[in-house]
Amino acid sequence: MRSLVRAYPTETKLLAVLVALCTFLAVASDSFFTLANATSLLNNNAVNVIWAVGLLVVLIAGGIDISFAVAASVVQYLCVYVFVWLGGANWAIGFVVAGGLGICLGLVNAFLIHRFKIISIVVTIATFNAFFGLLMFFSSGKFLYNLPDWWSGRLIVWEHQSADGTWAELTLPVPIMLACMLATFLLIRRTNIGRQLFAFGDNPEGARRVGVNVAAMQAIAFGWMGLMAGIGGLMQAHIVKEVVPNALYGRELDVLAAVVLGGARLGGGRGSVIGCFLGVALVAVTQNGLNLLGVSPYAFKMVIGLVILVAISTSNLDLGALVTAKREGR
Amino acid sequence: MTRLLDGLRRTVGDDVAALLGFLLAVVVVFGIAAPKFLSAANFDSIAFQLPEFGLLTLAMLIPIISGGINLAIIYTANMAGLTLAWVLNSHGGPDAGVTAFVVGSVLAIGVGALAGAVMGAVIAYTGAHPILVSLAMMIFLRGLGEFLTRGGDISGFPDFMAPIGHGTLLGIPVPLVIFAVAAVAWHFLLSRTRHGVAASMIGSNIRATEYSGIPVKRTLTLIYTLSGAMCALAGILMLARFNSVRVGHGEALLLVTVLACFLGGVDPFGGFGRVAPVAVALVVLQALSSGLNLIGANQHLSTAVWGLFLIAVMILRWTFRRLQKNPKGRT
Repeated sequence: MRSLVRAYPTETKLLAVLVALCTFLAVASDSFFTLANATSLLNNNAVNVIWAVGLLVVLIAGGIDISFAVAASVVQYLCVYVFVWLGGANWAIGFVVAGGLGICLGLVNAFLIHRFKIISIVVTIATFNAFFGLLMFFSSGKFLYNLPDWWSGRLIVWEHQSADGTWAELTLPVPIMLACMLATFLLIRRTNIGRQLFAFGDNPEGARRVGVNVAAMQAIAFGWMGLMAGIGGLMQAHIVKEVVPNALYGRELDVLAAVVLGGARLGGGRGSVIGCFLGVALVAVTQNGLNLLGVSPYAFKMVIGLVILVAISTSNLDLGALVTAKREGR
Repeated sequence: MTRLLDGLRRTVGDDVAALLGFLLAVVVVFGIAAPKFLSAANFDSIAFQLPEFGLLTLAMLIPIISGGINLAIIYTANMAGLTLAWVLNSHGGPDAGVTAFVVGSVLAIGVGALAGAVMGAVIAYTGAHPILVSLAMMIFLRGLGEFLTRGGDISGFPDFMAPIGHGTLLGIPVPLVIFAVAAVAWHFLLSRTRHGVAASMIGSNIRATEYSGIPVKRTLTLIYTLSGAMCALAGILMLARFNSVRVGHGEALLLVTVLACFLGGVDPFGGFGRVAPVAVALVVLQALSSGLNLIGANQHLSTAVWGLFLIAVMILRWTFRRLQKNPKGRT
């Protein structure tokens, strides 16, 4: 237990804050600590978690990706046309097409970063503008509602009626989220590739000298991000039952904040899947709590910004060290 | 001709010369493709559109040189605009006097500087990453703005403010004059003052800067404070140009200002960057956009072209560096 706390300091602190917040909300609001609220939180944040674990892999490898949310929009849009062209398709084909298109877009980033030695923030800001501009230009900002039935139909994987008659249900994005979390966990913690990603992110030159294939690392990190972006895009369209070209614009920065809040380090070499989940959860629970406490929705973002600001400005302070410093009279 | 080019390169530097070359190419291509491109009306529209984008880019420039970034620029500008609008509206809206405008502007710049100072202090004293700190500040300011305005517009300002957004001074658009003054001030700040040099040093090696006796924490706080103040100036200009304030105005410019900095040769890791090439890069981007507009493409295509253009320039820089290392092209 103690070694776990020491190995994951940020995650532990975040978990403590989250538990405290949930306890407070359970007391302050009747409807927070219900199955229906918990499941709707999961349903509504599954896509963010899927993107978060994708971004995590890029951050671990020492990069950053700004373009994934608009890449997901591009994938959604292309998917609609590909499915029409295929004459129907189904979930299996849907995942292959969305994932494949996402990987292609991720590999564009990886190629530019590796081949021309441009750092990832420059490349992804450029591709962000290129993807978004081209999508808006070719789609003329048109919404698409004519999604195939299998894609837009609600898929309930688990449901439960509580004593007072309200339904709690988990929809398809939740198991997909769990699968993505598990796959990312296996990739970064249980494979040789994962260890190489951590080594590469921590010290690229050192990793190169011990024989890590740098090109492969970039391709895997951004390819994985692309895969998650594509799957997240597929799920997002499934939830809202439409494809809107600029709906995901701006989501990348919210996800980035959640991932870094969860203990991933900008600059590489650190981060965990559970941290991503907790980071997204903290933001989601804060927002949900404000909603249940009857705070004006216009104030949500303000409070969330403040929470993140306080969280990051205190996360670098080591409380234990402060105490010892005081005792020693420094 | 070569000697002329060499002379030009020596006086303005390689990066400016290369970007001026790009600008020339853009002007020639669009001059042929769209005859209206070389008209006075088009230059006028570029001159009126450039300044707010330019001021925001200047606000982004100093943090990037110091090895950081300020993602809160747009909402800092919006908050400053709201402050000015609030002062004007509480003094009679359209009937507000010049004093109200002056007081409001000073307050607006104070609000911008305060937002920057908080960010700078958190970055300097806790060691948190600038991307994250400014991101949190961005989310907070956006929320604060939405909370105060309920997502709506604020408009109805005195007539004497119109010339700031639309007037001309000796034939030069007033916004452009404001931008030029700000750019020259920034140039002096960065290249001629102790603070500017300290900013570059922090960007190249923060530890070494600390050991050389420079008050790193104070300097970092000041860097973000100045960045916030520059955002406020952009916010005031946006208010005068659109005659309204809305949270989210100029949102699309956020990442484009970073793009303009990188296009202007600023080192993404910090330490190196000058105002002159960034200013030329701004003109190139704006000319590209208006040229595309004239041949019938929309704003979104220019966004895409800006992104592709940045990639192209980065690839060209990479090629150029390799050629310099191996003049015979051997690898």
